Amino acid sequence: MSTESERALLEGLARHDASAIDTIYKENYSTIQAFIVKNNGFPEDARDIFQEAMIVLFEKAKSGSFVLSCQIKTYLYSVCRRLWLKRLQQYNKIYPSFELMEETVAVEEEIESHEKINQDFNLMEEALMKLGEPCKGILHAYYVEKKSMPEIAEAFGYTNADNAKTQKYKCLMRLKKIFFAQYKNGQ
Amino acid sequence: MEDTLLLDAIERYRNSEMSPQEITFFEELRKNNPEIDQLVVEHTAFLQQLEKHSEIKAFKESLHNTEHQLIENGTISIDNTKGKSTVVYLWTRYRKIIGIAAAIAGIVSISTATLVSRYSSQRQVKEEVQPLVDTKLSAVDRRLKQLETQINIASNQSQTTPSKPKFEANFRATGFLIDGKGFLITNAHVVDNARNIIVENRKGDQFFAKAIYADKTTDLAILKIVDTSFKRITTLPYTFSKNTSDLGEHIYTLGYPREDIVYSEGYLSAQSGYYGDTTSYQVNMSVNPGNSGGPVINKNGEVIGIISSKETNADGVVFAIKSKSIYQALKDINDSISIKLPTVNTLKNLDRMQQIPRLEEYVYMVKGN
Repeated sequence: MSTESERALLEGLARHDASAIDTIYKENYSTIQAFIVKNNGFPEDARDIFQEAMIVLFEKAKSGSFVLSCQIKTYLYSVCRRLWLKRLQQYNKIYPSFELMEETVAVEEEIESHEKINQDFNLMEEALMKLGEPCKGILHAYYVEKKSMPEIAEAFGYTNADNAKTQKYKCLMRLKKIFFAQYKNGQ
Repeated sequence: MEDTLLLDAIERYRNSEMSPQEITFFEELRKNNPEIDQLVVEHTAFLQQLEKHSEIKAFKESLHNTEHQLIENGTISIDNTKGKSTVVYLWTRYRKIIGIAAAIAGIVSISTATLVSRYSSQRQVKEEVQPLVDTKLSAVDRRLKQLETQINIASNQSQTTPSKPKFEANFRATGFLIDGKGFLITNAHVVDNARNIIVENRKGDQFFAKAIYADKTTDLAILKIVDTSFKRITTLPYTFSKNTSDLGEHIYTLGYPREDIVYSEGYLSAQSGYYGDTTSYQVNMSVNPGNSGGPVINKNGEVIGIISSKETNADGVVFAIKSKSIYQALKDINDSISIKLPTVNTLKNLDRMQQIPRLEEYVYMVKGN
């Protein structure tokens, strides 16, 4: 594959472009599944690991340093291999000596930062769960769906945009409190 | 109130919605007030965290969709377990367990046999456990139904579609698909003595079904939809757990205690059922007549059991048959009927609110007379 189209794929990935995700899946998934099934895993494990790896790649694509030092294929394989090794170690399973299907690149740093991101993601997820409705919905509408305040006021039954706005800030403050409380507990 | 204003200012500053004067003012304020500066830094970091979270969440969602599509159209194969290396692997992985299992198989088979018979004879004698079928569609309800039917007939006379079978049901319970070809699982006590069985999905489509298997000891029954209007479903989103679940696990169920689908949640409270019955769990949730046959689902979207009964003189004591029993039931069924349980779980990693809409169309109301 030419570097030009690889670049386009990464750019697509950063934009959540469905066809880019589709292409990357089609071109790489079966190799990864074969690798994991061969090394003590099940297809379900393969899907898990591949998703993780896609998120790592997504982070990379978004960070702006678009230029991968290698092909997407090699990169994904390296990340999956590393993640899978880690998981096997976690489960205290004896892991077989990996046959190297192809060259790998160093991905330690990315995986470490990915783990941090994962941790934060879970913390926020938990905090949002604890926050409950309607706060969760309001924050989602504002920060994710990027809806305007009048729209939110209507959807959630507030008399005007200002009321909704006050409510939004209250929710945000509460979420922040829960999040940081958990954050400190976790440290 | 001042806090709100400040937060508002921070967000406008981040989104570059401020006028040049405002920016100068704001930056001046930060410089002169270390406390405010601190708050700005903190809040900015938090907002970044929140945005990152929603971004990853959205990305995961698109990954999920892609994966689901690829599985559905067969691009990603899910049957790689047939390879020789996997069999070897499974053997090495479970060799020890198989050895131990073989050694104690004799003892276990004797003790479970007595347990089950004791359990089933007790169930017939005592009336403390109540099966959860709604047999009391009240007189008013029935009258209403009759009226409804009459109205429907009257209004349907002009139309040529004799679509839905119409008859008066005297029981209602729940069942759910175990194979997209039209096989559902429910309780044996639900379809006991039923002459006609109809299953109805969330959308209100009704199909005739017949019981192809019913075992009173395990209280499981398998129904097959015999209607030709039923379109087979290629993949079901949930899988069936083969393991015993842990105490305290959060679980939920969907069922038809009334004419509409109802959600209920709770936790696993014991790994055995009524009188130490090891083929069931005790769970704590609020369920009512009509919930019988509903799936008990854990947070990974795995079916761990099937709601069967509740204790009448205690609150929130509900029994659910372990999903392991389904595997056993499938073994007992004649080989000529091939039922394949779903092997791919596409609900994992989704939160409950996202799981339910993907699930509810496979949970059916079972009724009949």
